[in-house]
Order: sequence, then C-alpha cells, then structure tokens
Amino acid sequence: MNTHDLRVIANRVRRRDLQAVFEAGAGHIGGELSVTDLLTALYFKIMSVDPANPRAPERDRLVLSKGHTALALYVVLAEKGFIPKDEIATFLKPHSRLNGHPNRTKVPGVETNTGPLGHGLPVGVGMATAAKLNRANWRTFVITGDGEMQEGSNWEAIMSAAQLKLDNLTLIIDHNRLQQGARLADTNDLAPLAPKLAAFGWDVQEIDGHNMDQICAVLDAGQIVTGKPKCIVAHTNKGHGVSFMSDNVAWHHKVPNEEQYNQAMTELKEAAP
Amino acid sequence: MNAPVEPAKMHDCRDAFVATLEQLGAANADIVAVCNDSVGSSKLAGFRDKFPERLINVGIAEQNMVGVGAGLANGGKIPFVCAAAPFLTGRALEQIKADVAYSETNVKLVGISSGLAYGELGATHHSIEDFAWIRALPNVPVIAPADRIETAAVIEWAAGFEGGCFLRLSRVGVPDLFAENHRFELGRANVLRKGSDVTLIANGTLSYRAMTAADLLDAKGISARVLNMATVRPIDTEAIVSAAAETGAIVTCEEHTVFGGLGSAVAEVVVDECPVPVPMKRLGVPGVFAPTGSANFLLDEFGMSPQGIADSVTDLLKRKR
Repeated sequence: MNTHDLRVIANRVRRRDLQAVFEAGAGHIGGELSVTDLLTALYFKIMSVDPANPRAPERDRLVLSKGHTALALYVVLAEKGFIPKDEIATFLKPHSRLNGHPNRTKVPGVETNTGPLGHGLPVGVGMATAAKLNRANWRTFVITGDGEMQEGSNWEAIMSAAQLKLDNLTLIIDHNRLQQGARLADTNDLAPLAPKLAAFGWDVQEIDGHNMDQICAVLDAGQIVTGKPKCIVAHTNKGHGVSFMSDNVAWHHKVPNEEQYNQAMTELKEAAP
Repeated sequence: MNAPVEPAKMHDCRDAFVATLEQLGAANADIVAVCNDSVGSSKLAGFRDKFPERLINVGIAEQNMVGVGAGLANGGKIPFVCAAAPFLTGRALEQIKADVAYSETNVKLVGISSGLAYGELGATHHSIEDFAWIRALPNVPVIAPADRIETAAVIEWAAGFEGGCFLRLSRVGVPDLFAENHRFELGRANVLRKGSDVTLIANGTLSYRAMTAADLLDAKGISARVLNMATVRPIDTEAIVSAAAETGAIVTCEEHTVFGGLGSAVAEVVVDECPVPVPMKRLGVPGVFAPTGSANFLLDEFGMSPQGIADSVTDLLKRKR
C-alpha cells in the first residue's frame, strides 16, 4: 500500500475515532489523534497480521502500551477486519468488548491487556525473546506515550532489551510533549529522549510521527541494526488534525460539544487526502 | 521447636522444584525460567547449565521480570518466573494483575522462600501477605505445597496447566508427608489424617506441624483430622463443608498473616456454605511485622508450634456445642 492510501485510511480512522468519542461521551481524543498515523502504518504497511487468524504463531505483535488510546486501536482493527466496523458504535457501552483499555481475551488482534502505564515494554521484551528462542522472524512493536516513559518499569525493560540484543523489538515513543495534566516539560521532563535511549544501547531514530513516508521508511525491516533494539522517537502533536485540539493539554480526555464536534469533523474532512 | 522430627529427614522443597523443572525442561523446549538475579536463591544454576539460553535473568527488576514472562507466554513459551516471594508478589503485583491474571497468560509465578523463610532478615523479606494479594485476583490459582513430593507434583501439574498460577515455595526444611506416587489435583484438599473431633487445615510448612499437633492431641484423646489444603484458590469447598459437618470445629494454620489468607478463605466457606456454623480458630501471623528470629522460631512464637496448635484446639473445643 502506498503512503497516499495510508493517509486516506488514517484520516478515516481519525474521523471514526472522533465520532465515537462524541457519541460515547468519553475517550482520550488527544492521544488517539497523535497515535493514529503510527497505528495505520503498522497495520496496513509494516506488520504481517491476519484478521482471519489473529493468533497465528508467526504474526508480528503490536502492544499499545498507552492503552488509554484503545479507541484508535479498535478503529484500526475494525478497518483491518479484526472486528466488525459497526461494533465501534458499542465503545464503552455496557458489556461491549470495547472498553476504555484493550483486552486480549475479548478483542481479536489485541496482544496484552494494557491500561496501567509502563506495562507494554516489558511484555514486548518477553515477546521478542520468545521469537529469538524460536529462531522466528516475527517482529514486536511497542507504542508508549512520552509521559509514560516516566514509569520506571520501562527503564527496566530498556536495559533488558539491550542486554538481550533484541533487534527484533521496536519501541515507538509517541512524543506529543503533553501528559494528562500538563506539559512534560513542566512535570518531569524526559526530553530529549533519543540520547537517553542511545545511552542504554539502543539504535534510535527520530521522525515526524505524522509524516507517513518517514514512518514507513523508519519501520522498514531493512532499517534493523543487528544486535540492537530500535527506538523511534516519533514527534507528534496531541490532538493532531484538529486545530483547537492540537498541542492543547486541555484535550487529553475532553469530549467535544456539538459545535466543536462539527468543526473538528469539518477540518478532518477538508484535510482528507 | 518441640516437634519430634529428626533433622536428617527434613527437605528443602526448592530442590524438588528445580529437579522437576530440569526434567520437564529436558522433555519440552518451550519451558523457560525467568528470574531477577536469583539464580542462587531459586537454585536455577542446574537449569541454566543444562539450558543456557532458556534461563532469562533480567537482573534486579521484578516488574520487568513478570512482564517478560507474560510476553514469553504470548510467544508460546511456558515461563516459570522465579523470585523471592516478597519481591515477586509485592513489587510486581500490578504486573501480576494486568499482565498475568487479567491478560490470562500462561505464566507460572514461583515465589521462593515465602512466608517467614527469611526469618532474621526482617519483615521486608517476609512474604506473609501473598495469599491475600494473589487470592484476590481472578484466573490465578494459589498453591502452597507441603513437602518435596507435593512440590514436585505441583510443578509437573503447573507445566501442563494452560494458564497462570502462583506457586508458593519455602526453603525451610520439612519432612515427607505424601507417598512418592502422589499426584496433585487443583482445588482438592488431601486428608493427611482422619479424625472426628476437630479438623486442622494447613498447607506449606504448617502441614507437618499440624500433623505433629494431631499426635499430641491423640495422646489426650482428641481425634484431629488433618487436611492439607495446598490450593488456597480455588478452595476445596466440599472438604471444608464436610470437615465442619463431621468434626464440628476447625483450626487453620498458615505461614501468613491471618488477614486474607488460608484461614480467611476457609472462614468464607464456613460462613457462606455451611448450614450450621462451627467454631473456628485462625492461626497465623497476627497482623504484625514479625520480630527478629528464624522462621521456625517465629512460627513457635506465633502459637504454631505443635504444642501451640494443640493448645488452640483444646481452647476451641470448649466453644464446641
């Protein structure tokens, strides 16, 4: 799939996500809009996954460690065919499979239950280790938020991945510079992230996390450096694609009113490739 | 310790654990061990030497250790995640909840040196809350074997069980209580001794103390049934209801705080399931951080010497109708 088509899908995912947040009256719209391009590239260009056989042993694995943006993952999984598209309308409804954080036992395509931050990368290290033990070629991708990197468990896993030489593991940090209540810079400023990961023995690359050409290029298997886990610092904007949400800390999990919803939807439609 | 047991007959159950793990590992390449720099205390050197790449030592990082276990299970491995019980369960409790219990992953959590095993090292190293913590989580059976034979049987069972579990082992020596051919059944208590006046329910290192207490009681004409209740969750409701109906009094003994452990689990069954309630006494650590002393000293100190258990039974029987 070419990058134009990926941008078309990403735009559609953003609109469906926005609609679901508006209708459900909840969600984490800011972080969902920042991670959408990354998820779209992974599921439609990079990863080998089969919606008809979601537990195929040789599949590539994605762990959305920033589990609060589950809705973006659900919409992408629906686009890919793992779950019915009309099921997105059940988001957060009683007994829906689609609760606020992803659940592997309920939603095909989800690999591990996330929600509390700092869980995905250790699990990803285990997955990548299993692939090494199996002499298998499948890859493991973990997406964390940048604020999430404040969790110490991530740094335990970062040390492990380097020690274990897990070049089949890719960590993508959705670096939108905002956490729930404030800017990272005003809370516990981890930036710049790249030299920190490099100091721990990782191969690090920085990209524009909304530039589909850059995303696809950096995630290509040809970019793997033998013996080193890869970290991609994806510079993104929380709320990307909607002018009044973008880079605005107020939109971590705020729900648009009808006027805001209509404006946001209009902007996204006008931006459609 | 006034139990009439000769030191030569005591066994460290870790030896049975690793011997069984090495046997299983030889037959199944998917069996791996994960540890937190605890190769020595978990006795994993033999496993490491036999299967070097299948021992994943993540260093002193318990949260990562449990997450790595969950990821290995996702990749088709059967990980035995081994660490000192207080750090495995205390430090990594949220990983156990989210990555193992909630995610329903095939991770075998092996808490080594549980209970008061680290005695003199102090309360930071005691693991007397782990029954309560893990028992509160869905999907993770909680099991404390009583001797080397049951330990081996539990490890063999765990390797074949499709799902996570918490296996609570000690390092404190215990004598054999089971016959060599014993097979472990999840959620099934074993009658170690028949009796009709009272039932002693115990597991782990307390089972043999309960057996010795039953000898002391027998000498006084009190017939004590001894139930080895290795599985704390799912608890053997039927065995408890029968014990209540047939013996009319229950004393529980555990190397754990009395808040939320085996005694609490038994009491829940008595309250919820028994048509007629029976007098009960829960022996354990009475909700304090233990003072300095060896595991055996502390168990005696907290009223769980065989004589202490027998005395509790005698007191309890005064309340029996």
